[in-house]
Amino acid sequence: MAQEEYQKYYVPEQSVWPIVGAVALFLIAVGAGNYVIESTKDKDGYGFYILLAGLALLLVMITGWFKNQIDESMSGLYSAQLGRSYRQGMAWFIFSEVMFFAAFFGALFYARAIAIPWLGGASNNASTNEVLWNGFQATWPLLVTPADAITTGEPSTQAMPWTGLPLINTALLLASSVTLHFAHVGLEKDKRKQLIWLLAATIVLGSIFIVLQGQEYIHAYRDLDLTLDSGVYGNTFFLLTGFHGLHVTLGTIILIVLFFRVLKGHFSPKEHFAFQAGSWYWHFVDVVWVMLFFFVYIL
Amino acid sequence: MSTETATNTQDTHADGQHHDEHHEHHIPTGLSRWLLTTNHKDIGTLYLWFAFIMFLVGGAMAMVIRAELFQPGQQIVNPEFFNQMTTVHGLIMVFGAVMPAFTGLANWLVPMMIGAPDMALPRMNNWSFWILPFAFLILLSSLFMEGGGPGFGWTFYAPLSTQYSNDSTALFVFSVHIMGISSIMGAINVVVTILNMRAPGMTYMKMPLFVWTWLITAFLLIAVMPVLAGAVTMVLTDKYFGTSFFDAAGGGDPVMFQHIFWFFGHPEVYIMILPAFGIISAIVPTFSRKKLFGYASMVYATASIALLSFIVWAHHMFTTGMPVAAEMFFMFATMLISVPTGVKVFNWVATMWRGSLTFEVPMMFAIAFIVLFTIGGLSGLMLAITPVDFQYHDTYFVVAHFHYVLVTGAVFSIMAAVYYWLPKWTGKMFDVTLAKWHFWCSLISVNVLFFPMHFVGLAGMPRRIPDYALQFADFNKWISIGGFAFGLSQLIFLVLIIKACKKQGEPVSDQVWEGAEGLEWEIPSPAPYHTFETPPVVK
Repeated sequence: MAQEEYQKYYVPEQSVWPIVGAVALFLIAVGAGNYVIESTKDKDGYGFYILLAGLALLLVMITGWFKNQIDESMSGLYSAQLGRSYRQGMAWFIFSEVMFFAAFFGALFYARAIAIPWLGGASNNASTNEVLWNGFQATWPLLVTPADAITTGEPSTQAMPWTGLPLINTALLLASSVTLHFAHVGLEKDKRKQLIWLLAATIVLGSIFIVLQGQEYIHAYRDLDLTLDSGVYGNTFFLLTGFHGLHVTLGTIILIVLFFRVLKGHFSPKEHFAFQAGSWYWHFVDVVWVMLFFFVYIL
Repeated sequence: MSTETATNTQDTHADGQHHDEHHEHHIPTGLSRWLLTTNHKDIGTLYLWFAFIMFLVGGAMAMVIRAELFQPGQQIVNPEFFNQMTTVHGLIMVFGAVMPAFTGLANWLVPMMIGAPDMALPRMNNWSFWILPFAFLILLSSLFMEGGGPGFGWTFYAPLSTQYSNDSTALFVFSVHIMGISSIMGAINVVVTILNMRAPGMTYMKMPLFVWTWLITAFLLIAVMPVLAGAVTMVLTDKYFGTSFFDAAGGGDPVMFQHIFWFFGHPEVYIMILPAFGIISAIVPTFSRKKLFGYASMVYATASIALLSFIVWAHHMFTTGMPVAAEMFFMFATMLISVPTGVKVFNWVATMWRGSLTFEVPMMFAIAFIVLFTIGGLSGLMLAITPVDFQYHDTYFVVAHFHYVLVTGAVFSIMAAVYYWLPKWTGKMFDVTLAKWHFWCSLISVNVLFFPMHFVGLAGMPRRIPDYALQFADFNKWISIGGFAFGLSQLIFLVLIIKACKKQGEPVSDQVWEGAEGLEWEIPSPAPYHTFETPPVVK
């Protein structure tokens, strides 16, 4: 900041988008809450429509807000210092996402390392096993839950193998990280063709991943009886891969928006915060997948 | 700390002309000013008013609790509603009162203290605030739903929140989700502002301690609010979608809920006290007319407390049947926290040692904080001892402990901060007589309210139960009287704040308090709508 001339930090005038965003989140929270209650407790209500209205309003807000940002950025209002604010903000946002996934990984580790062994009688829990869950054996993947053990004694689900679709998906996402990296290199070296083609390739790879993930879910529900409610194995499997899938979807949408901005000639070799942020986000989503592949599928 | 700027902001105010020549924009008026604002001072004001209103709402719920407990037996409300009152009182005071109040102070003060033109991300700042009223609207309205609102305690332990909760639990979950989004965005804004917006020369080790403590608090917020989001998500799926994270029948464990919750919850309690340390570290030197004793050790102590807060969570769970090795680890790790906390209390006392002390209202609250927070800290040390905690767990002793650190700690520090910086915000001295009434009424009543809770707790009175055994009747009567008196005392504060907002009172100088140091005391009083549009140079 020891520049000779201080470029004024851009403090925007009043903006309507934040309050629109707050109303959107309000509608989403009310709608989602009521929809969950209505759909699981067999009640009538408008939860679903309120949720949709909230999502639509959020979309309007994001579009309007980003349009303002892009216009301001293109008209040169942004200083290098503001660019640093955006980059740091994005980095901290990704850190918060890491901690969100950490909660679910924590649940997975706790269930595998502590809860299930204890239900199986480990540590000083022999009588828990004998009296409450007689016949339950601690295994992972947990196919015979404690409830199964004291009723049918048969597995209620099958495990998802790591070979096949998950392995293909891993290859796809890793490849997409590479293509996106070289798209970024293309941007920095002002090779727009390389940028456009590799960004397009990344979007295609991400989209195939999402489709295959959907196939895998169908396979799990139809063939393996592996469902969201099939014990803590199914719980952790679907919440971890599900939230990851949502993030891949969001990341793909971000990349598509970036793609159209690139086609419009946005971003210069030196200034391309939005591209960098989208790229960071994509790499983060990839790293989460590698963790997932290792801890959810292989181990 | 002296400053010089290219603009004449600092020079023009001597004759009372407070406008900044670089900024001729008029201040927006009407409702749209508050709805659409990107100004850190406006948003700070919004946060502070919201926190105060929530403080009164949550306080009204505490009055219901104390009215019910005035005598043994079921008196006024039914047990289900009593549970909802304890639950929502806790949620409102934590997420609606204390945290937004500190965020409001950060908004007002951090940019002025580091010489920044505004928060780093002003629009997001507005978004963070306006989510909050909606989140609490959802939470409060769920109380009126069929079956009532959340009644499982603010800690929403499974299976209370999963198997035995009302239908409205989903609304609780999503309201916590958007509160969390608000907190995370607010915290990102504070971190980025501090890391990126400091004026030239404002090195890290020159930052006021309020800025330091908020930097570390914001880090804690970004680290643990997402974990809370994960916890409520698992409660949602367990309750509505048949998962069994917290149900042994499917291979989960209700104790796992407590691990995840307290991994968030323990850093959370430091989120509610670290900014208080920063406030006290600003006020005590001013009215002692000395530099803060041991500035660097204060910074390191704050960081140590924050790091330790990640490895002590299970001290809330000593009675869940953890292995002895884990109990020992969490006991010793918890006791370790008393070292950096002790450093802080020592430094405040050492700052006052041989200072030219005067006892203006902020200083009265600050000294009350130091004494009463230390009482809360010492009862915390008792609770940290595993075998002793077996006796105290879930008794009123715990209630006494955390109300000493959160009411006479966090809340008193917020009041101290308001009295300390209010003249800078309004340009007028507040009504000192009323303020002294507010202080003495609060100080006496708060101790009548919370001190006897230690005794009934040690004698075995359980918390969160709407009835109690006859031997606790006398103490509970006094506790309730103290509670009503403390609640009424806050109305004095309300009157005082309204008078201050109407700009009644004597004009104050730029420095306001003799002995106050820092950038915020070098700009005019009241602080102009925009400050430091060109950064000052800090020497």
